[in-house]
Amino acid sequence: MATIFSAKAWATVWQYRGTFLNGFFNTLQSAVVGLIIALAIGFALGLMATGGKRPLRIFARIYVEFFQNTPLILQVCFLYYALAYSGIKIRVVVIGFISLGLYTGAYVGEVVRAGITSIPFGQFDAARSQGFGYFDTMRLIILPQTIKIILPPLVNQMINLIKNTSCLYIIGGADLIATTYNFVTGESTGGAYGPAYLVGGLMFFCVCYPLSMIAGRWERKLKERDRITVTPEETNDAKEATA
Amino acid sequence: MDSFMTDLQGSLGILKNPEVISYLLKGLLFTMGISLIAIVISVAAGAVLALIRNYCTRGASRILGRLATLYIELFRNTPLMLWMFICFVTCPAPAISKEFAALLGFSSTVAVKTLFKAIVALTLFESAIMAEIVRGGLNSVARGQFEASYSQGFGTLQTMTLIVLPQAFRNIIPTLLSQMISTIKDSSYMASLVTIELMGCTKLIISKANAYNGTWVDRFNRGTIHVTDVFVLFGFAFLVYFAINFTLSCVVRRMRREKRA
Repeated sequence: MATIFSAKAWATVWQYRGTFLNGFFNTLQSAVVGLIIALAIGFALGLMATGGKRPLRIFARIYVEFFQNTPLILQVCFLYYALAYSGIKIRVVVIGFISLGLYTGAYVGEVVRAGITSIPFGQFDAARSQGFGYFDTMRLIILPQTIKIILPPLVNQMINLIKNTSCLYIIGGADLIATTYNFVTGESTGGAYGPAYLVGGLMFFCVCYPLSMIAGRWERKLKERDRITVTPEETNDAKEATA
Repeated sequence: MDSFMTDLQGSLGILKNPEVISYLLKGLLFTMGISLIAIVISVAAGAVLALIRNYCTRGASRILGRLATLYIELFRNTPLMLWMFICFVTCPAPAISKEFAALLGFSSTVAVKTLFKAIVALTLFESAIMAEIVRGGLNSVARGQFEASYSQGFGTLQTMTLIVLPQAFRNIIPTLLSQMISTIKDSSYMASLVTIELMGCTKLIISKANAYNGTWVDRFNRGTIHVTDVFVLFGFAFLVYFAINFTLSCVVRRMRREKRA
């Protein structure tokens, strides 16, 4: 790490700044596409878990338990090897999108489920008595009320998602961590450990830290408002999801 | 279809190979050992960090509080893999004798040193997360507890260790346990540095699956790795991780329910 004070090492990093920016872009791209997939899966799972259909509820439970209780690296590797050995050619980036989306989807599903169960049951009854169908009830009455509760934990999941893109290194991805590591071990660029890790780390920090600040502030504000308006029992599920 | 069945037979044969299964179980042993070390140290370090961040807010000690905050935010907002790589390059490892390496089942001392560095990285990372969990627990202890304790003549250190921390920890046991699940999962990140724990071992066996799945003829016809090998071996790893973590998550859920009731 002594290279952190070496002007030459910094010069090398500056010379290859394009590489770092490229890795940064790839990480953000994987995170954004992964998030879109995760949100789609997560909301579907949340609705299944809170709906009346037993098979759907069981499916949502199994999905969530499986993806939350096994390591992401294992899931990524499995997808990569299974596709490679069955002769299906898919780009590594796409494997990253899929596996990050599937994994984060399980967490988003739990957040959405907790959000929906935190809505007082009277809201569902009231909606039905006014003639709303299931999807209209969800879309117009329930989900808008859950959004403010589930946004902080969702932002936390997004931070995890951004950090988790580093898993893609193991299948030869081109995310920021892989780029940084290849840079410091590369034949023509090697050795500039200090500056390279500092730059790579800072890029992650600059994205994740503001997000976690926003999520934290939001959560505190919600808790304060809850203290005034809602009894503690009603918010237990939402708290569990954020814990 | 026929070839699929023979492939599958061969793949299942890999798991029946005592050499392979004992290798994988050794990997599991390391996964558990590594996670346990990381959890124990990081809970202790996390408690210290949380106390400093929460209560060193006045006077000269404010600097300490700021440093703890910096540490926690730094590690929480950067990926574990980065710290693994940083420790891999910069962390000093103690001198390790050949005998000790052999005791752990390694032929070289380099692997043990890498293992040490990876554990350091994992512990540093988890400490920051544990600190935030403990801080949540500290904040859940009512203010009156501090006042009551001071009024009974307890000093700051005694108040913390005898009155506040025990209550804080009782409140966060479920969260600590679910962080244990995360730590077990996170230990698999090591697979990109060194082949030691379950994930790395599974990956290594797959890369040599042709030697075990019955297709190996001689050194000129080394056989092939089938997709069924991937399913069987990774399937085994999935099952093992799932069994451990699911049990833990059931315990967590039960505790939360009981607390609420």
